[in-house]
Amino acid sequence: MSARRPVTIPVRVEPGSDLPPTERSAVLESVNDNRSLQGALLPVLHGIQDRLGWVPPRAVPLVAFELNLSRAEVHGVLSFYHYFRQSQPGKQVIYLCRAEACQAVGAAELEAHAKQKLGVDFHGTSADGRFTLEPVYCLGNCACGPSLMVDKELHARVTPAQFDALVAK
Amino acid sequence: MSTTVYIPREATALALGAEAVARAIATEAARTGQDVRVVRNGSRGAFWLEPLIEVQTATGRVAYGPVRADDVAGLFAGGFLAGKTHALCQGPIESIPYLHKQERLTTGRLGVIDPLSLEDYRAHGGYAGLKAAVAMTSAAIVQAVTDSGLRGRGGAAFPTGIKWRTVLDTPGAQKYIVCNADEGDSGTYSDRLLMEGDPFCLIEGLTIAGLAVGATYGFIYLRCEYPHAHAALNAAIAAARAAGYLGANVAGSGRAFDLEVRLGAGAYICGEETSLLESLEGKRGQVRFKPPLPAIKGAFGCPTVVNNVITFASVPIVLQRGAAYYRDFGMGRSRGTLPIQLAGNIKRGGLVECAFGVTLRTLLHEYGGGTRSGRPIRAVQVGGPLGSYWPESKFDTPLDYEAFAQGGGMLGHGGIVVFDDTVDMAAQARYALEFCAIESCGKCTPCRIGSTRGVEVIDRLRAGDRPAMQEALLRDLCNTLTHGSLCALGGLTPLPVLSALEHFPEDFVKPVAAAAAGR
Ligand SMILES: Cc1cc2nc3c(=O)[nH]c(=O)nc-3n(C[C@H](O)[C@H](O)[C@H](O)COP(=O)(O)O)c2cc1C
Ligand code: SF4
Ligand code: FES
Repeated sequence: MSARRPVTIPVRVEPGSDLPPTERSAVLESVNDNRSLQGALLPVLHGIQDRLGWVPPRAVPLVAFELNLSRAEVHGVLSFYHYFRQSQPGKQVIYLCRAEACQAVGAAELEAHAKQKLGVDFHGTSADGRFTLEPVYCLGNCACGPSLMVDKELHARVTPAQFDALVAK
Repeated sequence: MSTTVYIPREATALALGAEAVARAIATEAARTGQDVRVVRNGSRGAFWLEPLIEVQTATGRVAYGPVRADDVAGLFAGGFLAGKTHALCQGPIESIPYLHKQERLTTGRLGVIDPLSLEDYRAHGGYAGLKAAVAMTSAAIVQAVTDSGLRGRGGAAFPTGIKWRTVLDTPGAQKYIVCNADEGDSGTYSDRLLMEGDPFCLIEGLTIAGLAVGATYGFIYLRCEYPHAHAALNAAIAAARAAGYLGANVAGSGRAFDLEVRLGAGAYICGEETSLLESLEGKRGQVRFKPPLPAIKGAFGCPTVVNNVITFASVPIVLQRGAAYYRDFGMGRSRGTLPIQLAGNIKRGGLVECAFGVTLRTLLHEYGGGTRSGRPIRAVQVGGPLGSYWPESKFDTPLDYEAFAQGGGMLGHGGIVVFDDTVDMAAQARYALEFCAIESCGKCTPCRIGSTRGVEVIDRLRAGDRPAMQEALLRDLCNTLTHGSLCALGGLTPLPVLSALEHFPEDFVKPVAAAAAGR
């Protein structure tokens, strides 16, 4: 008989215990709102982004645990969809339309102007932390472009001067 | 007595200042002590007139537009509440030729009714289609839809009745109705206008579909770029449920049907029906192999009808007026009407619902009034980002699925994007490939990688780097995309690329002087 070797029982860290409290509660609230839905993952991720403005990658293990999915599945979905953000945005997100109907009325010029004005490329946040610039492919405002959306507010026939006024506010 | 004023609460009208106008009207009414009842309607879709305000007078509704907040005091002073003339007065709303020449079967209530008033909806023919459907067998409903000749309005133009028949004939304890409200094509917004301006019409169409195939539950998969449509649908679903039009006993039929809205997350590919179903199930939006068809194995493995918003919204009138009424509009195998969307560089952009058969030229000039910039039209792209670029010589093509296919184009969801003569068609071709790269679901190599290689080839072509070789390479790549793609994103990206090259080859040639200078 060999002597018993000491056994280390690994301590399973509770998923999400390392999350900042606001993030943890955002995840749990969103999970609780949507848990009963079939195919709940997208609604859950929307709920988190609505609350925090982004979906912190460190929240993935908790989402996976709560929905009984693998981390890979959650990460896979989070990274597939353009709308879900894995980095914290500025105070407001400007979604600038790059699609054809807006191109026909000067979207490319507006895009160049916006990037220069904010000093960022797409997906970047201005140095003062106020604005994040994101591309979007059609906002359904195609008869009155160039179009952009600031958070959920749509703007039509946007000129560079109007853009400046918008970010000066 | 109070005067009723209609002010749209529709995304484009709001973007053009409708909210500020509504506030100004409330303020001015209070200041001048006049009793004004404001109804927030949808938009009629004549966007060059938005914000378009209507005043109810004894002789009908009088229109004013485009109204800005600082016009409001002047309108009150000029007696607009009595329908008096004013620089912005467009006369009786029915007299505006852009609107009265249309054949609005599906979008007839847009801008007319209060979108969230069931009473208004019913007063304008709403729920008459469901009433008829409740008295019919499932098979008879499917037959009516088949006889109407209705084909899917989301792009592929598949006969709706045949799809419904398959779902009806497939046994299943649970079946679903899925509404494709992803409306990702640039230049299209008819789904959005309908959902914002007449959401009960979509709900009624979905309910009829449920009765037709024996499905008890439906999902509306809505793109997240449409927050106003989201709010309107949720409010309308709640109202329909409260009134017994949704729930365990739909309109007293003894049959169940209920609905919910699900939001997409900014992926164009999720408009493709199988990718949409994956997304609905909470997964990455990757395209599925077919078979099995969604009609056999769709949402959550169950038989599922997937149709576009406009397809479903065209069903109530088919049931209300009869299949023959609807079928009598149109030409050839394209029956009924199409809500066309004029977009891009167009003077009078907006929604034009007409019977199939109307020509591009009529739409661009009689309705659209030419370009917004005042310059000549050089090219149009019909059918979204996967549609062909066409020059002037093709403008006599009638709007008809077969005529467009024959001309090497695609009618798609009915969006027409207009470009003036400043457009660089090589840049448009390059963008088509760039868009394919950004939105590819990643399943097929030509679409995932080839698209990026295509962008590089066009860059070299435009730089004058061995152009003949680059062009051959581009054509070869397009051939691979056409034949080596699982879905139409990769499969049809060659349409905009090669049509631009075919009709506008001069844009792909580096100017001689620049080439000589070695720039
Ligand atoms: C890349 C791609 C994007 C699509 N996007 C949409 C869309 O946004 N809305 C839509 O209704 N159909 C879209 N479709 C067509 C759908 O796959 C499907 O044919 C349609 O939802 C069926 O409904 P219908 O028969 O009523 O048109 C898309 C197809 C492809 C290949
Ligand atoms: S063609 Fe592109 S989008 Fe379509 S299935 Fe293949 S990789 Fe996905
Ligand atoms: S293309 Fe920009 S809003 Fe549609």
